[in-house]
Amino acid sequence: MAANAFSFRSKYRATMDYVVTGLAVLATALVVVPLIAIFVYLLLKGASSLNLDFFLKNPVPEGESGGGMANAIVGSGVLLGIASLIGIPIGIGAGIYLAEFGRGTKLANAVRFTADVLNGVPSIVMGLAAYSLIVIPQKHFSALSGGVALGIMMIPTVARTSEEMLLMVPNMIREAALGLGLSNWRSVLSITVRTASPGIITGCMLAFARVAGETAPLIFTALGNAFFSTNPNQPIEALPLQIWVYATGPYEDQHRLAWAGALVLIVLIVLAVSLVRYVTSRGVLKGAS
Amino acid sequence: MGVGIEVTDLNAWYGTNHTLQDITLNIPANHATALIGPSGCGKSTFVRCLNRMHETNPIARVTGTVRIGDIDIYNDAKPVEIRRRVGMVFQRPNPFPTMSIYDNVASGLKLNGYKNKRSLDEIVERSLKNSALWDEVKDDLKSKSGASLSGGQQQRLCIARALAVDPEVLLMDEPASALDPVSTSKIEDLIFQLKSQYTIVIVTHNMQQAARVAEKTGFFLNGRMVEFDSTHKIFTNPSDKRTEDYITGRFG
Repeated sequence: MAANAFSFRSKYRATMDYVVTGLAVLATALVVVPLIAIFVYLLLKGASSLNLDFFLKNPVPEGESGGGMANAIVGSGVLLGIASLIGIPIGIGAGIYLAEFGRGTKLANAVRFTADVLNGVPSIVMGLAAYSLIVIPQKHFSALSGGVALGIMMIPTVARTSEEMLLMVPNMIREAALGLGLSNWRSVLSITVRTASPGIITGCMLAFARVAGETAPLIFTALGNAFFSTNPNQPIEALPLQIWVYATGPYEDQHRLAWAGALVLIVLIVLAVSLVRYVTSRGVLKGAS
Repeated sequence: MGVGIEVTDLNAWYGTNHTLQDITLNIPANHATALIGPSGCGKSTFVRCLNRMHETNPIARVTGTVRIGDIDIYNDAKPVEIRRRVGMVFQRPNPFPTMSIYDNVASGLKLNGYKNKRSLDEIVERSLKNSALWDEVKDDLKSKSGASLSGGQQQRLCIARALAVDPEVLLMDEPASALDPVSTSKIEDLIFQLKSQYTIVIVTHNMQQAARVAEKTGFFLNGRMVEFDSTHKIFTNPSDKRTEDYITGRFG
């Protein structure tokens, strides 16, 4: 009797083990499949329109064939450069404050709450904010205003991931630094932030990749520009904007270019993130955790 | 060279919890002094008061005087200066995980603005030799992370890191309690050698360890120091009944 009950329990356990493992595998597949599907679809639709002209030439007027997105690729680079210069230092600084200096204070709680709310603000509202703060006083659209809109969008992601990563650094590492007679700020910058840096870099990359595909905040800030420009004080083209304009237009040629543009956007984001990972992981030592 | 420590009427609190009550004792220079007692008796808090680490906890408070050499550490100097003269080794090895072995040892000097590269090399080598780790790591000084070493090696690395800033006193808070017996005996040999140059205060749960390495031993109970005497006297003929009960294993 007892033996039967035992064998029933152990069969039940083995079956449950298979079921739960199977569910986990299924969930993993559901995460990977959409990404692969999107990428394959983009390759099928866009790869045929890719050629050297796409990267070297500017758009041609409607109805003409040929032309490329050189202005949009460089424009996206300029916008993301401005955004990173604003979003990354402010975001990391806020994260350090939240985790190291302001822990438990009312100000820190207020900053954390604000960052979370900012994270939930629709991106088009960010564009409106940059429009009223920069475009209206300047009386013209500009790359700068677009970069600022994207930069502000990066801040909450960078700040909150930096905070989480710093909080994961064990307290005994901080004590070791203070025990050596390091001042508090020195210990934070050279020991705690350095220990958390891989995670902080990942947070910056997440924020970067997220705003790289944003269209809405650029519509009434960077505006778009049919010509090649790197001037932060002029309107500038961006890949997502160009894709949006081409995809919603009536011309078959432009639809094809839009697919190619979407493919290039994704590949460039992956390349940029991989490059940063490669560069920052070169100095990592054997056995470092 | 080490210096003596004079503690007078030391009281310490965590919030409203009075963890140390009226501690007065003299720790002799260039000797090892062991502090024993059951968990929670205040011996760790006591050593943390000797380098002002106690006050890094925002709810902590201290009164009384501690003189290390000729300095009254709570009135004459900043915590940062005190901690450069009073090194500390913690219970769990805590090397900086993103730094090489070399940078771990050099960190105290480098991050305090010390620039001379050649003498830095010498200090790192001397510190690692003094902590009996040099032969095991000399080939991987700059290529391996401090976290890649075994637990016992990590603890000796932490001792080397503390020695590199040339302190006068070395505080050790249960330095061997997370280590295996072989690593423990290496740490004990090390304490034996180091006490000719430094004043060592070691907190330990292991009474044989106290008997092996220390000339003086203090017994703490419930935040008070019950007895402080030569190690031999404490372990063979203690004056207080509670000390006797503790070392014979009747409680704690």
